[in-house]
Amino acid sequence: MENPYVPNMATIIGLKEEVKGERAIKTFRVRFNDAELADSFDYIPGQCGMVTLLGKGECFFAISCSPTKKGYLEFSIMRLGKVTRALHELEVDETVGVRGPYGNGFPVDEWKGKNILCIGGGIGQAPLRSLIQYVMDNRKDYGKLDVIYGARSTADLCFMGELEEMEKRDDVDVHLSIDNEEEGWTRFVGFVPTNLTRIAPSPENTIAITCGPPIMIKFVIQALEKLGFTPDQIFTTLEMRMKCGIGKCGRCNIGNVYVCKDGPVFSWDVLKDVKGEM
Amino acid sequence: MDAVLKKDRLDELITKLGYEVIAPVRKGTTVSFETVSKASDIAWDYANSVVPPKKIFFPQTEELFAFDGKTIAERTPETIKRMVLGIRPCDARSFAILDPLFTKDFKDPYYIRRRENTVLVGLACAIPGRNCFCTSLGAGPFDTTGLDLLLVDMGDRFLVRSVTEKGKTLLTENEELFEEATDEAGTADEIRERAESAIKRTVDVSGLPEKLKTLFDHPVWEDMAQTCLGCYNCTYLCPTCHCFDIQDEVRGRKGRRIRVWDSCSNPEYTLHGSGYNPRPGRKNRMRNRILHKYQYYPDNFGVIACVGCGRCASNCPVGLSIVEELSTLGGI
Repeated sequence: MENPYVPNMATIIGLKEEVKGERAIKTFRVRFNDAELADSFDYIPGQCGMVTLLGKGECFFAISCSPTKKGYLEFSIMRLGKVTRALHELEVDETVGVRGPYGNGFPVDEWKGKNILCIGGGIGQAPLRSLIQYVMDNRKDYGKLDVIYGARSTADLCFMGELEEMEKRDDVDVHLSIDNEEEGWTRFVGFVPTNLTRIAPSPENTIAITCGPPIMIKFVIQALEKLGFTPDQIFTTLEMRMKCGIGKCGRCNIGNVYVCKDGPVFSWDVLKDVKGEM
Repeated sequence: MDAVLKKDRLDELITKLGYEVIAPVRKGTTVSFETVSKASDIAWDYANSVVPPKKIFFPQTEELFAFDGKTIAERTPETIKRMVLGIRPCDARSFAILDPLFTKDFKDPYYIRRRENTVLVGLACAIPGRNCFCTSLGAGPFDTTGLDLLLVDMGDRFLVRSVTEKGKTLLTENEELFEEATDEAGTADEIRERAESAIKRTVDVSGLPEKLKTLFDHPVWEDMAQTCLGCYNCTYLCPTCHCFDIQDEVRGRKGRRIRVWDSCSNPEYTLHGSGYNPRPGRKNRMRNRILHKYQYYPDNFGVIACVGCGRCASNCPVGLSIVEELSTLGGI
C-alpha cells in the first residue's frame, strides 16, 4: 500500500529572493532525487505540494511553476512561521521533501479558447504564476491574457523581473499596482480591486481567477460581479491551515468542503453557496 | 449463525488462537482497552471505556516514519493479528463510520492495515450508561454494524452471534471452542428489549442534517458556546472524531514524524501562519464541531458521525449535553 504521508526527497537546485525583509518571499526550485520521479511527476496548474523539512515539519504550498516546465517544481514561500523560517535558511543543494500533487487545480482544459484574467495580491500570485506560465506556454489555446497584480509596496511585489519582462510582450497585458505612493512608481497606486474596476475588463468569453488575502478576494469578486462577470466565470484558489493535505486531518474545511482535496480552486458559483468560515 | 461460548473457555480463546487480544480492563475507577493475557483481566460489567477504542486503529500518538538526518526510514507494515474482545456496539459502529474517511481517495495505510488485521468481537449492552442515546441514531445495545461477532452475556456463557464472514470463519475454524446454541436466542431478545427500554435519552435526528443547513447564521450558536470551556474533552473522547496534527520530534540528527489527536475546539487548529483565523471564536468552533458530525459528514459520507455513546456528555466539565444541543437545534 502506498504511503501518502511519506515525502519524496528533493534537492534545491535554484533559489530566488522575490521579496526581502520581514515578509520575505523566496522561490525554491527543487528536483526530486529520484530521477524517474523528477521526470514523470505531473500536475495541473493550481495544484499544491506538501513541502517537508525533516525535523521542522511540513507546509502546504501551491506549485508556483507550470507543468510545462519539466524536471523541476517551484514553490514561492513567504517566511512566516516555524517551517517557513527554517526553509528560508536553506541554500542550494540542500534537501527538502515533497509530497503531492494535491488538490484539484485550475480546469485549464475547460478554459481553452477563453480569455484569462488573473487578479493577484501579494503572495497570492504564486498559484496564478503557474497558470500564467501555462497559458503563455500554450498561448494559441487561449484568448487574451490579462495579469492584474498588486502588493502593499514595491518591496512586496513578487516575481517582479518576470512581470516586467511580460510587460514588454504584446501577447499579455500586465497591470501592476501598489497600495501607497512611492517615489519612482509610475504604474497604478491603489488597491487591487480598485485597479480592476479602473481597467474594467470585459466579461465576454472571459474567466477571472483571483488569489490573495481573504479581504482582497472578497472585494475583487464584488468588483467582478459589478463588471458583469457571472459566478461561473469567477474562480479563486484558497488557503487554509493544513496538516495532511489529503482530506483526513480535518482542519481545512469550509462547511463540508475540504480546501486540500476539494479545492484549493473553487468556482464562485460553488463557493458562494457554501456556508462556512473562509 | 449463533453459537455458545462457555466462559471457562475464554482463556483458550485469548491464548490459543494466535491473536493479540485487546479488551476492556479496569484501571482504578475507569475502564480502558488494553492487551490482555487471560480472561480474568477483562472487565465484562462495564458501561463503556472513557477513552474510546478508536485508539487501537488511530492511536493518540503515532509515528508515521522515523528519520536520521535526511534519510527517512519507513515503518514496516504491522502484520500482527488482533482481536478486540468485548467492544461495545456503538464503538464498533464508529469504525464503520470512519472507514470511508480513511479508505476513500488517499488510503491511510496505518489505519487500514490495523483494521484489516483485526477481528471485532462485540459485547451487547445489557445495562446502558446514563448518557447513552444510540437508539436515536439507528443503532442500539445489540447493533452489529462494524462487528464481526457479537457476544451476549448470559451468566456462565456467551451467546455468540456471527455477523461477517470474518466472524463466521473464526467460529468454524475453532469449532471445538464453541457449542451449539439452544434456547439462548430467546433470552438474548429479552435482554435486548430491557436494554433498549433502559435508554432514556433520545433525540430526533431525522431531517437534522438538512435542517442544520438553514441554521449556520442563527444566533443559537452564540448562546450554546457561552457555556463551553473549550477543553476538547468531547472531541478527544469521541469515537468518531478523527482530526489530527502532524509534528516532528527531534533529538540530535534523529527524529520522527508523528501524528497526534487534535481538536477543532482548539483555537490554533485553524490559525494561519499570517495570524488570520477563520474560526476565531468559540462559537465558530462549537458550530463546526456539531455541523461536522451532523451535517458535513452526512453530506460527504452519507452517515451521521455520531454513535450516541454519550462520552461527550459524560465527560464535559460543565455538563453540556449533545442530546440537549441537538434537541435545541432541531426545535428551532
